[in-house]
Amino acid sequence: MDFDLTEEHRLIRRTVREFVDREVLPYAAGWEEEGSLPERVFGVMKELDLFGLPFPEAYGGVGSDYLAYILAVEEIGRASGSLGLTYAAHVSLGAAAFHHFGSEEQKRRWLVPCARGEVLAAFALTEPDAGSDAGGIQTAAVRDGCEWVINGTKCFITNGSLAGYVVIAAITDREKGIRGISNLVVPAGTPGFHIGPGYRKLGLRASDTVELVFEDCRVPVDHLLGSPGDGLRQSLRVLDGGRISIAALSTGIAQACLDASLIYARERVQFGRSISGFQAIQFKLADMATEVDLARLAAWRAAWLKDHHRPYTREAAMAKLFASEACVRAALEAVQIHGGYGYTEEYPVARYLRDAKLMTIGEGTSEIQRLVIARQLGC
Amino acid sequence: MHLRFLVCIKQVPETTEAKINPKTGTLIREGIPSIINPFDMYALEEGIRLRDRLGGEVVVMSMGPPQAQAAVKEAIALGVDRGILLSDPAFAGADTLATAYTLAKGVEKLGGADLIICGKQASDGDTAQVGPGLAEELDLPHATYVRKISAITAGEITVERLVEGGIEVLRMPLPALLTVVKEINEPRLPSLKGVMRAKRAEVPTWGQAELGTDPARTGITGSPTQVVQVFTPELRRQGELLAGTAAEQAAVLIERLRAAAMI
Repeated sequence: MDFDLTEEHRLIRRTVREFVDREVLPYAAGWEEEGSLPERVFGVMKELDLFGLPFPEAYGGVGSDYLAYILAVEEIGRASGSLGLTYAAHVSLGAAAFHHFGSEEQKRRWLVPCARGEVLAAFALTEPDAGSDAGGIQTAAVRDGCEWVINGTKCFITNGSLAGYVVIAAITDREKGIRGISNLVVPAGTPGFHIGPGYRKLGLRASDTVELVFEDCRVPVDHLLGSPGDGLRQSLRVLDGGRISIAALSTGIAQACLDASLIYARERVQFGRSISGFQAIQFKLADMATEVDLARLAAWRAAWLKDHHRPYTREAAMAKLFASEACVRAALEAVQIHGGYGYTEEYPVARYLRDAKLMTIGEGTSEIQRLVIARQLGC
Repeated sequence: MHLRFLVCIKQVPETTEAKINPKTGTLIREGIPSIINPFDMYALEEGIRLRDRLGGEVVVMSMGPPQAQAAVKEAIALGVDRGILLSDPAFAGADTLATAYTLAKGVEKLGGADLIICGKQASDGDTAQVGPGLAEELDLPHATYVRKISAITAGEITVERLVEGGIEVLRMPLPALLTVVKEINEPRLPSLKGVMRAKRAEVPTWGQAELGTDPARTGITGSPTQVVQVFTPELRRQGELLAGTAAEQAAVLIERLRAAAMI
């Protein structure tokens, strides 16, 4: 048993931490006000090779592993939930789909530019009537000669309007039910691929979330990822990995809640002493610190299992469930510790609370995580 | 021209608020992560930029315990071509004189360098002596507190150095040694591909046998410096608050300043 990070992981974490302190932390609140992320930050991330962290060097990546990627997500999430989510959706949803399921030729075409950070990727599964019920999608692709003709609507798509490539789940063989779903790659700008306006969200406002509409949108047949009918299985596998990144993102936000609360509690004087001297506040901080630690360990374990090619569906769901709910608890307590100030934009904790809530919803709600865990238990 | 730039770095404790053990007078290093001396980051950046602009190679060298290899690897992650660690139990406990001697032997074994760049001082010892000491050992011209390299050719370098109240422009023949200040550049972050390259990089360790160092001149034996006492200075007294109206306070202030012969 060894809980120490390797020298490689430590250095990667420190590099990302310095990048975050320099390029993200001072600006994150402003990005939320503006509702978008600046080009500049993507440029710096590209220079650092962040976008290709877990992918092989042969495909333009760094050749590190999933744990390294998880460390990066947590560090970014500590400063900006929006940037963390953008990064996670690119790496562990869009680009990961190319990595896991693309043919050699497809990896060269789509994974390489994603890993190099030349384009962003998005993964479009959710539809207005198919959220937790991923098998219930209605978007369909009909073969016409050497093309697929896609019609349907996707919603809540992270990076939808920024992405150069969107992976979409569509019914390609209606008779086969859920075994007739395939994933198709749609490049931005393809005729018939329309991007809807962004949502007005509770938080994570700098993260790009849009509706995508496909109207007789045509892509060549070789844009079908992997084999026909494999779409739902691919999506579930992608989401298994994605969940670990949401656990890490949740850990980052929760850590930020703890850090801000600790600073405030030491500075805030009431009844003649720092409120950190009161047990009521100490217990909140102690609970937050405990949960942040456990959330992190759960995410690390799931990533470790993934890196060692061991089953990790259960552990990823547990990590996502616990970390996201701990994140919401930490954010609520952070606002409580800050009192009236916590309810204002003067301190960052109000933003953390808004951002935290998505963690229990995106990439599988807490309820779905419990179902996944229960199924793994044999229920 | 094929130039060789050599950057000398030191691994130091991460915090600038390292505590001192009051009994032994030594730094408490347990639990404190180690980093490259922050001032050396500017030296590394300058070396990498020179290599990128002029070609040649940039080499990093550090004297320290085996774990200082991490600092050398971090420099490789930043973009340095290769690194060498000078490490031997015989080097332990070295003061600035013994360190400069050992580094000089390392430079000799390396086959010299056209330009040696050091940070202005280390954040733990704060002496600023190793850079100039190394130049003396190697009998090289040197400039300290360099804030800009104005020109460099195969045989000559012109630099601006920060001096009290102004800037001094110096021209020196190469090979030479510089110590640099933070005004000289903005250090980059290592790229993550660089981190992976560093992980695979072989860092040779040169000890007494490889360097042929004189045991009387290395480590604690070769260190004439005697540390009499190390202590944390007491916090300075807080400022004094003057009472009364603004006019009264101004009068008292003028009186105090006159008394202190400051006006």
